Amino acid sequence: MDDNILEMRSITKTFPGVKALSDVSLAVRRGEVHAICGENGAGKSTLMKVLSGVYPAGSYDGEIVYDGTVQKFANIRDSEHVGIVIIHQELALVPYLSIAENIFLGNERKGRGGLIDWNKANADAAELLAQVGLAENPTTPVGQLGVGKQQLVEIAKALSKDVKLLILDEPTAALNDTDSEHLLNLLRRIREQGITSIIISHKLNEIVAIAQHTTIIRDGRTVETLDMSAPDSDTDRIIRGMVGRDLESYYPDRESHPGEEVLRVEDWTVKHPTQDRLVVDHASFNVRAGEVVGIAGLMGAGRTELAMSIFGRSYGRDISGRVFVHGHEVKARSVAEAIDHGIAYATEDRKKYGLNLIEDIRRNVSAAALAKLSTRGWVNGNEETRVAEDSRRDMNIKAPSVSSIVGKLSGGNQQKVVLSKWLFTDPDVLILDEPTRGIDVGAKYEIYTIINKLVAAGKAVVVISSELPELLGICDRIYTLSAGRITGEQPVREATQESLMKLMTKEREFAA
Amino acid sequence: MTTTVGPDSGPTQTNETPAEVPDAESKALKSGTSDIRELLTRNLRQSGIYVAFVVVVVLFAILTGGTSLSPGNITNIVLQYSYVLVLAIGMVIVIIAGHIDLSVGSVVALTGATSAVIVIRHGAPWWVGVLAALGVGLLVGAWQGFWVAYVGIPAFIVTLAGMLVFRGLTLQVLDNISLSPFTPQYQKVSSGFLNGLLGGNGYDAFTLLIGALAVAGYAVSGFRTRVARVRYKQPVESFPLFVTRVVVVAAVVMYFAWQLAHARGLPIVLIILGVLITIYGMVTKRSVFGRQVYAIGGNLAAATLSGVKVRVVNFWIFVNMGFLAAVAGVIYSSRSNGAQPAAGQNFELDAIAAAFIGGAAVTGGVGTVGGAMVGGLLVAVLSNGMQLQGVDQSIQSVIKGLILLLAVAFDVYNKRRAGSSR
Repeated sequence: MDDNILEMRSITKTFPGVKALSDVSLAVRRGEVHAICGENGAGKSTLMKVLSGVYPAGSYDGEIVYDGTVQKFANIRDSEHVGIVIIHQELALVPYLSIAENIFLGNERKGRGGLIDWNKANADAAELLAQVGLAENPTTPVGQLGVGKQQLVEIAKALSKDVKLLILDEPTAALNDTDSEHLLNLLRRIREQGITSIIISHKLNEIVAIAQHTTIIRDGRTVETLDMSAPDSDTDRIIRGMVGRDLESYYPDRESHPGEEVLRVEDWTVKHPTQDRLVVDHASFNVRAGEVVGIAGLMGAGRTELAMSIFGRSYGRDISGRVFVHGHEVKARSVAEAIDHGIAYATEDRKKYGLNLIEDIRRNVSAAALAKLSTRGWVNGNEETRVAEDSRRDMNIKAPSVSSIVGKLSGGNQQKVVLSKWLFTDPDVLILDEPTRGIDVGAKYEIYTIINKLVAAGKAVVVISSELPELLGICDRIYTLSAGRITGEQPVREATQESLMKLMTKEREFAA
Repeated sequence: MTTTVGPDSGPTQTNETPAEVPDAESKALKSGTSDIRELLTRNLRQSGIYVAFVVVVVLFAILTGGTSLSPGNITNIVLQYSYVLVLAIGMVIVIIAGHIDLSVGSVVALTGATSAVIVIRHGAPWWVGVLAALGVGLLVGAWQGFWVAYVGIPAFIVTLAGMLVFRGLTLQVLDNISLSPFTPQYQKVSSGFLNGLLGGNGYDAFTLLIGALAVAGYAVSGFRTRVARVRYKQPVESFPLFVTRVVVVAAVVMYFAWQLAHARGLPIVLIILGVLITIYGMVTKRSVFGRQVYAIGGNLAAATLSGVKVRVVNFWIFVNMGFLAAVAGVIYSSRSNGAQPAAGQNFELDAIAAAFIGGAAVTGGVGTVGGAMVGGLLVAVLSNGMQLQGVDQSIQSVIKGLILLLAVAFDVYNKRRAGSSR
């Protein structure tokens, strides 16, 4: 029998209305680097949250066997107690505290009288920093370090807790190539010290380079676990596993009659608002009337950033490039101007950025085009009600009345309210960012039907999605985005999930 | 003012038939559980304050043997607390947008001082003083609005600084001394009455007429709204309920008018207040500006991404607050018949308390002018009643503080319950 440090058996985790994990099993051998792969939303992070006690025992079905005993973690402290440490994608460091203070946060080195022994703390921190290969003074504030070095501080923090099983969620997503290389070397080194790692990553090359086993998760289920020492375990093999689902026929049929070009974006380049790196890098694309164009890209590829920067410069700085609507160049410097020029953007996070959850359907539907309902600054409440009622009927929003509070609707119905809001601005081009995220299959079908109706009416639609089958099911053309660059463009009849995934994971070739 | 959506609300309910909504989700809605709970929480939140108000009024009427409801006392309450109510109108708008204004007390002092210097020291006509005060208020508002909206400093800091700056400027303007008295015309702003315009036997017919007009306006506009809602197939309260509501409001207003007519007539301040409440009630409910205030407070990111010009709106919110603080400054200086360096201290706290007791949410996005008025009146009646009872000043302060705490705790509790029911 193999020596497994961890076995997760038949884990099933349900959120209201959604089964995030169903019957997932995972076996990790002692002292290996085990990779977990899957598309966005496949359930990787949920599984790790179950493992680390973020979702306490009892909130899921199945069992976790760690070091030979069944564990029931009530919270993160419990899992850390036995040596499981998770490093999240968003680093959990306090920027104003020093490296040493961060490393021992919640785990302070106490001296006499319960006071913190700073000499000991700093000395211990220096030792840990040497271990992870970070040449910094322990008293340096973490905020002054780059992302790569912060990542190393996180690992040093994990080591300080006597970690046995280290979980890294997308550790290299925000790192450049040198920092990524450094991190992978570090993982190899701590493996030699007998520490087991689980790494979640979209960068398949890295997985092939470092992992001994790779478990692929798809739609909340385990697909397979690959032995990476086998000769055919390369990136193509992983991609096949990640996308190998059947294209179910739940996409409504549509006849495609693209007309003239509505939106054209040329050489669009956007800098990260605080860091010195390009988030969108000379992207060019176009959309025609009556056409659905997809943008495929993995998390962090810059999809949302591309859309939001076009939508009235809502994201980023030092934006350059040109946008044309119906052949005329548009310089939309604010959201209001973008709306005036017929651009609409429905956000990927409707609760945070799309809706006023404490208001009713009526006021949310009218929010982006109040001017159309008002004369001299006064809103015609009755017309507003009529518009909202029309939307409720046309979009089939299930709510007792248009005065229902939006926060109480289901995800699908909230998304319909968002779409209603943007349709009421009467846009020429709609950019829909993850339009079906977190909603059930039935509502998804309704959203697809609405998209079809829009293009039939001559609108141009851009759909950003993590779900490749969805893009293949509803688009006419698909662009792929990787590290801020458009890496490909395929008509839907030529595109396959494999071909798209290859383009999406295509990394930058360094010429110089 | 709330519309009922429930099993008992009459034939003009909704145009939805069960056949249209066959799926499980709407069945749950149809069964009425979530519906009724929503109705209760929402109504409780809005009506809780009205109920509390009535309880306090009745309580003190009993405790004082009716003195608290005497014509003279009612007039007094109006005169004494009018400026806090004016401030509360502006404050509730600031709070809905998710800000706070700590400077209004100092602005009341500064605008009153400006007016006093011009009218008392330089002998200018009363209206020049009023205009100067309003101008200063607008400038102060523009100053604070600039820092909040365009520089992005939190309003708490900007107005805390303003509280110090404008208090200091007040001392400068007044040369550290009090100025008084104002001309009789200026004093009329706060202590004048419209009386005897239409004559009457020991009571002022004009006051009653205004009261009747207010009631008629309320009934007509309510009825028109109702008709429009029915035409647009919106749920409305049942007709008997509607009539009851109008009758109750009419009775209260007419009783109030009757009492005023028996005393000194219709205070000018009350007219100013009535006009402001009507205008700002409409602005918050029906204007694009008002909508955008709620949108910003409810979800700033969503408002920005819906094309709301957040900076412009925030700027004007503070300009407006400065204007209303100036109105309050004029009323207060007129009432105190002069300007004092320490005028208006703690007014900001009274105004903030009124808004929160009246149902405004600490997190923004929620609140009404009407609620803030009732909140302010609740504090006014409470203070007045305790004064009549001879309750010690220190105890009064404790009780007012506890009322504020309870009101916000109620709001937080409600929100948590609404959240968990999801």
